[in-house]
Amino acid sequence: MLASLLIVFREVIEAGLIVGIVLAATKGVAGRARWVSLGIAAGVLGAALVAAFAGKIAGLFQGSGQEIFDASVLLLAVAMLTWHNVWMAGHGRAMAREMKQVGAQVSSGERPMTALAVVVGIAVLREGSEVVLFLYGIASQGSTSTAALLGGGALGVAGGAIVTALMYYGLLAVPAHRLFSVTAGLITLLAAGMAAQAILFLQQGGYFEFLTSTVWDTSWLLKQDSIVGRLLHTLVGYNDSPNGAQVLVYAATIIAIVLLTRIERARHPRLAPAPKTA
Amino acid sequence: MKLAAFVIAGVAAFLVLPAIADDPPIALTLKDHKFTPAVIHVRANAPSQILLNNEDSSSEEFDSSALHVEKVVPGGQKGIVRLRPLPPGRYNFMGEFHSDTAEGVVVAE
Repeated sequence: MLASLLIVFREVIEAGLIVGIVLAATKGVAGRARWVSLGIAAGVLGAALVAAFAGKIAGLFQGSGQEIFDASVLLLAVAMLTWHNVWMAGHGRAMAREMKQVGAQVSSGERPMTALAVVVGIAVLREGSEVVLFLYGIASQGSTSTAALLGGGALGVAGGAIVTALMYYGLLAVPAHRLFSVTAGLITLLAAGMAAQAILFLQQGGYFEFLTSTVWDTSWLLKQDSIVGRLLHTLVGYNDSPNGAQVLVYAATIIAIVLLTRIERARHPRLAPAPKTA
Repeated sequence: MKLAAFVIAGVAAFLVLPAIADDPPIALTLKDHKFTPAVIHVRANAPSQILLNNEDSSSEEFDSSALHVEKVVPGGQKGIVRLRPLPPGRYNFMGEFHSDTAEGVVVAE
């Protein structure tokens, strides 16, 4: 019971933080609840499929199938997060202004929710597939009663949902006109952390094996497998002893997103205030 | 122009193609959710590989935050765990799905 509670809780928290950020970043978008729910549902389905075919996936690419798969979905999430931020750089300012004026009831129908729905799906899929494998393993041994297993799992999911709510309402405490700047910053760091994780998976799979030595070690300060360490790992990609390639990819992702958003913002010059007719 | 293309292709191939490990993989067996051997010795500051043979029927995740490895090996399968060059020291690892019994340590020396 305790084991299943803990492992489910840990994985759900990690997915939950990302869902919380996505919800805050899409505040005011019509139909976002549907998109986010769709993302979660697709993620759960995907997690079950990935778990069911774990053996097949692992056997691909000369035994590096799992690593290639993990890296691919992470990089897809990085691309979607980048797309979201770039899109917001072009359109976000007008939206923030509207929200400030009219409150939360503003929606921008053409806003792409697909990108962030994919991110939600991937987050749920990655964390969920581990939960499924784990629970399936326990269930097949028959050492734990089904009730205890389900109870632990349900409690874990509930705990994770609470973390999602905390993240979401915490972000909503940010003043409306600053909200999208804050979520854009969070999404940039989220993407950088995912990209750094992706390169690590590729290296585990035997690819891109350069700069593999540890650059620094801050495990004396904050261990990555502590609760705070795990939260920061999910949110900003905290790593207590990154290797050179990870640091490089992390920095490159931030630079790329900042550059792309600058370019996009320049293409959409700040709208002048309504001209006063003299 | 052609030369540049060759150089780029060469560098890309160098970066992407799986590197050939210097040392043969170290065999590690998981049975009844316990690792054998529970202590693995590797050369310090050199990359190494562990070939994990999961003899249990359930999946296990070789998990180590110290080694920065998370590798799921399905029941009855084998999996390669690649370790980065490690400074001398002890690095704990565990089977995340059975962490009460599946424990071990990599000693780099």
